[in-house]
Amino acid sequence: MIAPPDAASVSADSFDLMFLVMVVFSGFIVLLVATLVIVFSIRFRSGSRANRHEVRRLVSREVEIAWTAATAFGAMFFFWFASAHFLRHAAAPVDAMEVHVEAKQWMWKATHESGARELGSLHVPLGRATILYMNSQDVIHSFFVPAFRLKQDVVPGMTTTMWFTPTRTGSFHLFCAEYCGTGHSTMLGEIVVMDEAAFAAWLEARPGSGSLVDAGRVLFTEAGCASCHDPASAVHAPDLRGIYGRPVPLADGRIVTADAAYLQDSILQPDRDVVAGFDPIMPNFSGLLDEDEVAGLVAWLRTLERDDG
Amino acid sequence: MTRGLHEPFATLPRQREAATFGIWIFLATEMIFFGGLFLGYAVYRHEYPAGFAAAGARTDIVIGTANTMLLLTSSATMAAAVWSGRAGLRGNTLLALVLTALLGTGFLVLKAVEYRNDIDEGLVPGSPAFPLSEPGAELFFGYYWAMTGLHTVHLVIGVGALGLTAWRLWRGRLAWRGTGFLHVLGLYWHFVDVIWIFLFPLLYLMGR
Amino acid sequence: MTLEAEAGRGRPGQTLPRSYLGAGHSVRSWLLTTDHKRIALLYLGTITVFFLIGGSAATLMRLELVTPPGELVSADTYNRLFTLHGVIMVWFFLVPAVPATLGNFVLPLAIGARDVAFPRLNLLSWYLTIAGGVLVLASLLLGGVDTGWTFYTPYSSLYSNSYVTLAAMGVFVNGFGSIATGINFLVTIHTQRTRGLTWMRLPLFVWSLYAVSIVMVLATPALAVALLMVVVERLFDLGLFDPARGGDPILFQHIFWFYSHPAVYIMILPGFGVISEVLTCFARRRIFGYEAMVFAMLAIAIFGFFVWGHHMFVSGQSYYANLIFSFLSFAIAVPSAIKVFNWSGTLYGGHITFEASMLYALGFIGLFTLGGLTGLFVASVPIDVHVTDTYFIVAHFHYIMVGGMVTAFFAGLHFWWPKITGRLYSESFARLAALLMFVGFNFTFFPQFILGWMGMPRRYWSYPDDFQVLNVASSLGAVILAAAYLLPPVYLGLSLWRGKPAGDNPWDATGLEWTTSSPPPRENFAVLPVVDTEPYAYHADRVEPHRRGDASHRAVSQSSDPGDDA
Ligand code: HEA
Ligand code: HEA
Ligand code: HEC
Ligand code: CUA
Ligand SMILES: [Cu+2]
Repeated sequence: MIAPPDAASVSADSFDLMFLVMVVFSGFIVLLVATLVIVFSIRFRSGSRANRHEVRRLVSREVEIAWTAATAFGAMFFFWFASAHFLRHAAAPVDAMEVHVEAKQWMWKATHESGARELGSLHVPLGRATILYMNSQDVIHSFFVPAFRLKQDVVPGMTTTMWFTPTRTGSFHLFCAEYCGTGHSTMLGEIVVMDEAAFAAWLEARPGSGSLVDAGRVLFTEAGCASCHDPASAVHAPDLRGIYGRPVPLADGRIVTADAAYLQDSILQPDRDVVAGFDPIMPNFSGLLDEDEVAGLVAWLRTLERDDG
Repeated sequence: MTRGLHEPFATLPRQREAATFGIWIFLATEMIFFGGLFLGYAVYRHEYPAGFAAAGARTDIVIGTANTMLLLTSSATMAAAVWSGRAGLRGNTLLALVLTALLGTGFLVLKAVEYRNDIDEGLVPGSPAFPLSEPGAELFFGYYWAMTGLHTVHLVIGVGALGLTAWRLWRGRLAWRGTGFLHVLGLYWHFVDVIWIFLFPLLYLMGR
Repeated sequence: MTLEAEAGRGRPGQTLPRSYLGAGHSVRSWLLTTDHKRIALLYLGTITVFFLIGGSAATLMRLELVTPPGELVSADTYNRLFTLHGVIMVWFFLVPAVPATLGNFVLPLAIGARDVAFPRLNLLSWYLTIAGGVLVLASLLLGGVDTGWTFYTPYSSLYSNSYVTLAAMGVFVNGFGSIATGINFLVTIHTQRTRGLTWMRLPLFVWSLYAVSIVMVLATPALAVALLMVVVERLFDLGLFDPARGGDPILFQHIFWFYSHPAVYIMILPGFGVISEVLTCFARRRIFGYEAMVFAMLAIAIFGFFVWGHHMFVSGQSYYANLIFSFLSFAIAVPSAIKVFNWSGTLYGGHITFEASMLYALGFIGLFTLGGLTGLFVASVPIDVHVTDTYFIVAHFHYIMVGGMVTAFFAGLHFWWPKITGRLYSESFARLAALLMFVGFNFTFFPQFILGWMGMPRRYWSYPDDFQVLNVASSLGAVILAAAYLLPPVYLGLSLWRGKPAGDNPWDATGLEWTTSSPPPRENFAVLPVVDTEPYAYHADRVEPHRRGDASHRAVSQSSDPGDDA
């Protein structure tokens, strides 16, 4: 069974093309080098009658410059070729469906926007861009779906993202690709791509599907966020209305955009990016909230409209 | 055969040149070795300016300053030793070496006192008695211990080498004339001082 | 000792210098030697032992991977096997293989010196390697390490329950051995060259050692500090890489790869040097484009410091960092291409013969090219995103490290063996081994490219069934490869007993090491040679077929000058 890996995402198709071009090109170079070596070896073997004139210095200089330039050109061409592909697929579309993924020794957990959770599998709809927000509870893991030709490390203390648009229904391997201890090779999962209708039905049938946003709204008060962040609160904390997508000036002079990863980090690592003009008094909630709760809070924060009144 | 000339060298000047070149390369590797720690320090300082400032204010500026003076003086006496060695003054060299070693020992004694106080105050990362709550303060002390610890190890080696050299010189067992031995030792000692000159502002002055 | 019985031969009419092997027989005379040639042999013994240990671990892994579910060993054992394999093969075999072993032996001879600049430091390097090795082996005996050779935090610093501290200390100590060797070589090349041996007359092997020493000296301390931080973190719990306390686990990767990418050039540059010596000798040509070859090596040594981020394309690093590191990685292909094409050019117009060393050298060109080109695959960000941490990477680096550098090591070992021991080995056995290695190697590692492309992650103890066919092929190849590696110890060992005396210059090579007797006397040369021509002056010898052992064209003359002011 030596079969090419399934190709089930938009980037997989263009990856395969690029890979093929690279293979052909490298094959050509290997062939070139092999031909040079073999032909010279045979032609100039000791005792052969080949004509062995001394190569003039000038000529050898020219040959050298020629192949150095050719290599430099080839290398730059491929750099451009590959980077263009990379940049084309770098940014996720804004309307991508979001899923929160949590990695820990040695399992994958996913939480959908609706609040539906799954363990060791991830269901996604066909043809719809999906973005994953990923956290790790312990060591570094890596979310690897060969059929999508995608992989992203999941690092503790940091939220990483990965996005894809599935193009084929079916079920595909999910591997953990960063070594994470004893169970590394059994930290497997399954990506199930379903067409929109089937996906909607699947989501519907999940038990305990209170929506993430609702859970987040409740939690915002219960976990004590509101005691500081409520506009009426006496504590000097930022007003979170309209926070999503807003540029936030930080105490160290950087300005970052408040995307979902930033919001998640603000809750789990509040000391990392302190907002300019505020004291770093916000408690660290990592360990206090589990990943679904964080996902809920983030979802809720994103729905908060700017109150221009 | 000239005294102190080793295989594979044919003349002393060439041997001296090689020794000097060798120690310079060695010091370059040391730079990179400490450089890794400096890099880590810089990264986290950037990330947690407040915590680093608060923690930096807890280091012992009095002992730190006293130690800086000791080391600066010891650099001067070390230079004197090298210089006397070059001039062929055995007695002066011996005296300067011993002085340098004593100053170094003084540093180590003060440092030990400081470490004791730090531990008493709970200024150890992970200690339940750690007094600071600012984020990054523990990391500061992580680097404080790692950097000063490594520096101390270097200083202990330096004091040991000084002592050994002084002893061999006293017993007449050292080929110190023209071999560049003292020069090499001097470069090492100055290097250890220079590292401290960087550590002092980073660990003691920054937060004040 | 049959070896010494004839070791005292020399040219007629000359007082016979005693061979370095004859200068003392006690264990002490070996363990306290400051003779670079004896130290080289100490290293040779050491790396052979480590190669067998590392290779046995590899063979066990390959056996385990014959079936998809893990059946032969437990997951924990498997993790310890590949960690041990990587740690030992990289730091205790391949890094010292050419520089500290062949380099130590040949360098002073090749520049007409009596020894390296700091002979006692040289011995210390070996003891540091041994001390480091003992620590690593101790960790193995106690129960092993399971972090992978990359020691990624926070797994290594907070989670692993294995003997990480011991192993990391071992690598740390060994690192100082590398640094000492690097310093020694740099100073030696600067101060010990004989009369007339100007920089542009240095053999490329010497240049390669120069380049590699720069890398060793400037990169190894970064590894030392990275490992030190892991050790300190484990012992004192300072929180340097603990995300819960604000530490950044990725910082470790930056420091580690700042060393380890240059380190991969530590593991290939000396090979470039060896290949240049062997190829010119058996093609009987001067090297094509000497200056370009020198500058290419220096360029690789320097560029190598700026590409470490290509190991971290999926670590969450920014797009811009990814693109810059990708660009620089492509740039490094240019000096590498100069090497490959100039070797091919060297063959042009030669009188080529196919001794075993030459077969290894030709094999090297092909395998290095393939390994290097797959390096370009993974230097492109989008391709790497798919193949990183899969068997594609495993295949990439084995192609360069085993197909390239181990092959170069064997090329050099066969080339200088007559000089080292004064004996000739059996050519036909040697050629057989070379061919077998080439075949076994490709059989083992080519399937892994496909496995990686199909998506099989590395460091997997068990795997889905789809990957079995290629894994079985790879394991079969590994058995052939293991058998091939067993041959050289046999016929090289035999040559010590029954080999024909080699004479001073069995390959009729240029290079100062061939002007002294085989094996060389303790002080290397009766009279230090003086150089007055370019290296590789083979074209001066237009006789066909060339006469082996005839020294008439040699590019050196003898002089009684101490050669101190070169
Ligand atoms: C001796 C060892 C060695 C050498 C020399 C190299 C050489 C190169 N390596 Fe490799 N590499 C490793 C050992 C080595 N590598 C190891 C051990 C790892 C994995 C570590 C781990 O994770 O455990 C690794 C991993 C690795 C990665 C990370 C992969 C990943 O983990 O995702 C990358 C990415 O860019 C890379 C790139 C390169 C490149 C561009 C070169 C270049 O220097 C190659 C240049 C050579 C050529 C290109 C061939 C000759 C040129 C021609 C014939 C001319 C034609 C070319 C053109 C027209 C462009 N290597
Ligand atoms: C630097 C040099 C080097 C060398 C020479 C080798 C040599 C070999 N390597 Fe190694 N390898 C690495 C460096 C090296 N490797 C590194 C750095 C890693 C990554 C580790 C990590 O992930 O942390 C790795 C990982 C690695 C893996 C991936 C493991 C995994 O990710 O799960 C595999 C799998 O096939 C492998 C196989 C082999 C084989 C078959 C050889 C063969 O060439 C070895 C052949 C040699 C012998 C077999 C010894 C001599 C013969 C005998 C003693 C015969 C008697 C013994 C028996 C028959 C048992 N290696
Ligand atoms: C003790 C008071 C306090 C509590 C409780 C608190 N916060 Fe905060 N929060 C702050 C302060 C002060 C800041 C600004 C400084 C900073 O960025 O750390 C802040 C910043 C933030 C930011 C970044 C705001 C911006 O403008 O970029 C977000 C998002 C946030 N908090 C969400 C939450 C959530 C969700 C909770 C509850 C789980 C919570 N906070 C609980 C005090 C608090
Ligand atoms: Cu999780 Cu590997
Ligand atoms: Cu690299």
